[in-house]
Amino acid sequence: MFERTLDSFRGLGRRVTDRVWRLGSAARFFMLVLLASATSFRRFSLTIREVYFTGVQSLIIILVSGLFVGMVLGLQGYDTLQRYGSSEALGILVALSLVRELGPVVAGLLFASRAGSAITAEIGLMKATEQLVAMEMMAVDPIARVIGPRFWSGVISMPLLAALFSAMGICGGYLVGVQLIGVDEGSFWSQMQASVDFRDDILNGVIKSAVFGAIVSLIAVFEGYDCNGTAEGVSAATTRTVVTSSLAILAADFILTAFMFRGA
Amino acid sequence: MNRTTLDLWVGFFVAIGLLALVFLALKVGNLASASMADTYTLKAKFDNIGGLKVRAPVKSAGVVVGRVVSIGFDSGSYEAVVMLNVDKRFEFPRDTFAKILTSGLLGEQYVGLAVGGDPAFLKAGDTIKKTQSAVVMEDLIGQFLFNKAQETPAGGGK
Amino acid sequence: MKVSGESLVRIENLSFAYDSRPVLQGINMEIHRGKVVAIMGGSGCGKTTLLRLIGGQIRPTQGAVRIEGQAVHELDQDGLYQLRRRMGMLFQFGALFTDMSVFDNVAFQMREHTDLPEDLIRDLVLMKLHAVGLRGAHGLMPSELSGGMARRVALARAIALDPMIMMYDEPFAGLDPISLGVVGQLIRKLNDALGACSIVVTHDVQESLHIVDYIYFVSEGVIVAEGTPDEIRASSDPWVHQFVWAEADGPVPFHYPAGAYRDEILRPSNVKLGGAHV
Repeated sequence: MFERTLDSFRGLGRRVTDRVWRLGSAARFFMLVLLASATSFRRFSLTIREVYFTGVQSLIIILVSGLFVGMVLGLQGYDTLQRYGSSEALGILVALSLVRELGPVVAGLLFASRAGSAITAEIGLMKATEQLVAMEMMAVDPIARVIGPRFWSGVISMPLLAALFSAMGICGGYLVGVQLIGVDEGSFWSQMQASVDFRDDILNGVIKSAVFGAIVSLIAVFEGYDCNGTAEGVSAATTRTVVTSSLAILAADFILTAFMFRGA
Repeated sequence: MNRTTLDLWVGFFVAIGLLALVFLALKVGNLASASMADTYTLKAKFDNIGGLKVRAPVKSAGVVVGRVVSIGFDSGSYEAVVMLNVDKRFEFPRDTFAKILTSGLLGEQYVGLAVGGDPAFLKAGDTIKKTQSAVVMEDLIGQFLFNKAQETPAGGGK
Repeated sequence: MKVSGESLVRIENLSFAYDSRPVLQGINMEIHRGKVVAIMGGSGCGKTTLLRLIGGQIRPTQGAVRIEGQAVHELDQDGLYQLRRRMGMLFQFGALFTDMSVFDNVAFQMREHTDLPEDLIRDLVLMKLHAVGLRGAHGLMPSELSGGMARRVALARAIALDPMIMMYDEPFAGLDPISLGVVGQLIRKLNDALGACSIVVTHDVQESLHIVDYIYFVSEGVIVAEGTPDEIRASSDPWVHQFVWAEADGPVPFHYPAGAYRDEILRPSNVKLGGAHV
């Protein structure tokens, strides 16, 4: 019994050390990606190609979910606000919650499961089929040629996707709130404009989403590059990408929010 | 996928992404109305600012003419010191009256400027002499609830 | 060693260990320009590790691989990449870039490392593909190729920059007899055309005996036998004999080390086999 307790503690300790170890290698990997970025940027067409796969191919899911999230916000927000007789504030509620939180966070979560998992699987398979080693043997640094463009495409795509998500969501809120329920159109927009600040709300939202993009694509490329080059290894890495980056987005969101919106 | 059509799609993506940002900035946000570059600062002291926040609007005749930039406390006079950034296009007489008002019953609080008749105008850094403090909703509601509670013991709530 | 010519690759007392498990111990080899050398041995005897040491992907624990006198593990990243431009490597399953066409795969190194104009690259790529007989397949994607064709495309890609050292990792694995013969002949022909030296890691004895100049047998991390194909065929060494004539049992045991057969079979049935320790 005592022996077993000791064993489980040992297992726990090993798991913790393992996590710390991985965090360390991820940080070192991040430095390598940044150092190789000069090469990645010189061949910008490679990054553009990846923006197609991460950004353009995530468009539909982002636009559709943005619209629905906005519509739900419109319904729920109206329901709550009209109890206090301030249904005109619906525009504020929809816009602020989308621009500050839901846009970056939900778009980030969707991005992690749509593009992040695809990046991990692709790089993992490239590793499994020795393509990365082959590239290295051809004197081409895979971090500059394969990893860098995928990382930067995430950093570029995410703010645009989050902005599209928010814009779509506001349109959805407008559709439900103004067209369907009949909140006054003028006060919907004007109250929104009076309370949404460009620098404090929109720009901070953009910064958030860029940070989330960097987090998701870093985790995705790291898990792919670090994975065990087998079928199980790739599938486990893909799962880890989605789980880790979703948790990281939520944690980073809290930290960024605490910094950005504390005084406001 | 052909290289050129791929570029086209990426271009399209970046374009509508930027368009969404512009939409957020102009239609949703206040970038169009807030020309923060050309402003001058006024100071106003209040006995009580209630729930006034930094970045709250400064209105005159219902039109937004500026924003609250900072709120401080004067430990000498025990008053709140509110700095206002007012658009350079608008000038106000020296005897302008600053009030803290509430938009709607539960709405946000703002600084209202009621214009006086002095021929001289306030300059940057000047202090608005005449102010009126906020109506503190908490006191009113507290009294209201207190009265209510005396009538019906189960009263209260939000 | 009796082969003449300039020594291109020299391996001196090379040892390598993963963690503390030794993989290679005290390997000595010398490979001359124009020669094709085979490194043979059973699966998991460290042959692929040897190629990775020559390519500088891993560092030896002891000894050195010297290419034209320069120790590979002493090179920095830039020096290593300079060296690798003059190396070609054929991976076990080709390792073609699956997101590029056959043409782009072969053109990859030319585009990465040279400033050649695109029409010149086009001519060069078609020449390389022609050499492996797949000029007509330049528009296909790797997923559309058969195993043998993929291997030949990978070969065309490996010779794209006319390397001086060619390395082949199991070039014959999983090929039908015709493709196998084709790839074997290509290895010899390309080596002679390039004036390079080739290192073929394989366990396909019969094919290798036809095309190579010299053979090293590696077992459990040490060289157990070496010689020209004729010497190998005539060898009376029991290890070589077992390998060349593909006998199931010999110095390389058929059975993985285990307890006494009788004890294991007759042990009580309530003892679960496999995964008994959790």
